[in-house]
Amino acid sequence: MAIPLTRRLPQTTEAIRAVAPRTPAQLAWRQLRRHRLALIGGAILIILYSMSLFADFIAPYSLDTSDRAKFYHPPTIPRLVDGSGRLHWRPFVYDTQLVDPGLRTFKVDRSKIYPVRFFVRGEPYRLFWTIPTRIHLFGVDEPGRIFVMGTDGFGRDLFTRVLYGSRVSLIIGILVVAVTLPIGMIYGGIAGFYGGRIDNIMMRLAEVIIAFPAFYLLLTLSAVLPTNVGCTTRFYLITLILSFIGWAGFSRLIRGFVLSLKEREYILAARVMGLDDFRIIVRHILPNTSSLAIIVASLTIPGAILGESGLSFLGLGVREPCSSWGNLLTAGANLVNLSRSPWLLFPGLFIVIAVVAYNFLGDGLRDAFDPRLRTN
Amino acid sequence: MLRHVLRRLVQMIPLLLGITILSFLIIQLSPGDFLAEIRLNPVVSQETVDQMRANFGLDRPLHIQYLRWLGNILRGDFGYSFAFQVPVLWLIKSRLLNTLLLSVTSLIIAWLIAIPIGIHAATHQYSPSDNLLSFTAYVGISTPTFFSGLLLLYGAFRTGWLPIGGMTSLDYDLFPWYGKVLDVAQHLVIPASVLAFLTVAGLMRQMRGNLLEVLRQDYVKTARAKGLSGRIVIYKHAVRNAINPLITIFGLELGGLLGGAAILENVVSWPGLGQLILDSVVRKDLYVVMASLVFGGVTLVVGNLIADLLLAVSDPRIRYD
Repeated sequence: MAIPLTRRLPQTTEAIRAVAPRTPAQLAWRQLRRHRLALIGGAILIILYSMSLFADFIAPYSLDTSDRAKFYHPPTIPRLVDGSGRLHWRPFVYDTQLVDPGLRTFKVDRSKIYPVRFFVRGEPYRLFWTIPTRIHLFGVDEPGRIFVMGTDGFGRDLFTRVLYGSRVSLIIGILVVAVTLPIGMIYGGIAGFYGGRIDNIMMRLAEVIIAFPAFYLLLTLSAVLPTNVGCTTRFYLITLILSFIGWAGFSRLIRGFVLSLKEREYILAARVMGLDDFRIIVRHILPNTSSLAIIVASLTIPGAILGESGLSFLGLGVREPCSSWGNLLTAGANLVNLSRSPWLLFPGLFIVIAVVAYNFLGDGLRDAFDPRLRTN
Repeated sequence: MLRHVLRRLVQMIPLLLGITILSFLIIQLSPGDFLAEIRLNPVVSQETVDQMRANFGLDRPLHIQYLRWLGNILRGDFGYSFAFQVPVLWLIKSRLLNTLLLSVTSLIIAWLIAIPIGIHAATHQYSPSDNLLSFTAYVGISTPTFFSGLLLLYGAFRTGWLPIGGMTSLDYDLFPWYGKVLDVAQHLVIPASVLAFLTVAGLMRQMRGNLLEVLRQDYVKTARAKGLSGRIVIYKHAVRNAINPLITIFGLELGGLLGGAAILENVVSWPGLGQLILDSVVRKDLYVVMASLVFGGVTLVVGNLIADLLLAVSDPRIRYD
């Protein structure tokens, strides 16, 4: 007895899904989910990016708020037990008075406690650059101050500046990839596809940029930038020079990959069908380089973050009064500050965390997209 | 072999030309005349400035200026530093040596540390020590040199064990020769360990990956099957093959090292090429910047060539003729 064909096919939606062929993206995601470090990296990045999105809400003060009487103030530690040994259910801080401006010592005034409150009214800002509001995540009543990571030489809250700085430092990596990715893919695609003399000339050009120690080039290029422009313009210019340095290595990778791709049968088939070169490159070759592009992109971003912070640290990137993790760290670079106010090094920690997270994620992506390493 | 070296040298010529052209063009993009600063000096008369313009050929069209500069370079004349009032070559020579001292020292330290711990991590894959080493390596490649440099400086300040910054002590000139060596070595500890940390991290990851790859190969199975001890299989067969790819990334490493050193030199005031280039970039010391760029590029290109040759020596499968 013949069984009707339909009966042999799985009936439940779940079973159908189990049989349905998986797209490469699904396969990669399955693999990525098993990579614990990649997930941790991804989670850290989600937290960091949300922090930068909600920076004005999380930050207790605004970017430029400065308390001149509290410069180089050490981090405020929330306490639970007051001077008389009484336990408070809500953490609180004490106010402080500057005692010695030279040694930067502060005297804790134990007479009055300032409880740490959540969702307090503070300075006005626009959430997501649109909704005007005054609510901040946490804060203490005036004249008390809460400096989670201490203050800088102008009495500005370092934690606030780190949060705002993350907007520069975290976005720049993504922008650089957005610029280098299309350039690298098209340049490398053309060089690899045509081969021969075109390839030779194009790659010699790219190699000139690769031949320099990247940071030397970066330093010189950033010095060429106009200095009398606003923060935003400067930010875009830095993005531009980071991309100028980044595209060459990227296109070399793509080109090598395309060289091997163009010998495949399906390219031959496309050619036989009479597609022109441009369409073959854009429709058939470049999509196949996407896994490589994702891997390289995820490893380009941390490179760009390090590049920007390095430049800003040396005073050639994002400048005061804007903040980026690199330029915040500049304050810690002088020996007096380093020895008396080591909390100025906090921004460096954020650079390390963000870059580590990207490297975790990048390695996970590489494993996920590299079929040779795929276990299933 | 000799023919291969010669061919590689000839192939380098267009690259080196490209390096000089790009170095030259970037400087031309720079806003303002670099004589502007001199012009502001009230002691210098307009005639002198004009004289300098003519001397440096600044009144000529761009390509003439470039060719003139290139011609001078080929004769070993890299121009004159406006800020330091000395010939550029003289200035760069000592700086390049300092940078190389720093980079090569940390490279040697890095290789000495990275290979054994890479082997350990690969042979003990997924053990707690491997996980710890891998995690440390992640942190290592992710820490900017200026941050780790500052942390070590802070440590040095707290403990007083090491000199803070610079390359020599104030009374350096009074020391006998061994005292001088010791003094520089002491100052070298912080920057060299920062750079070594960065390099160890990258190398160790590479070594671990390579060795794991090699250990899966058939000839390793064969070696084990014929009864060789685990140590001999690993050290005599596997490790030798796993090291070769490390030599090929030498060029990449050198590039990272020079770049890492460039920022670090400014943090710990190590008088190297990186510090010089920042100084001269800020002061618009045209010829020094161009020469530093050229020297940086050439160092990297030569480093890659050396890596190529080393690979040919170490890997008998590669034959150049």
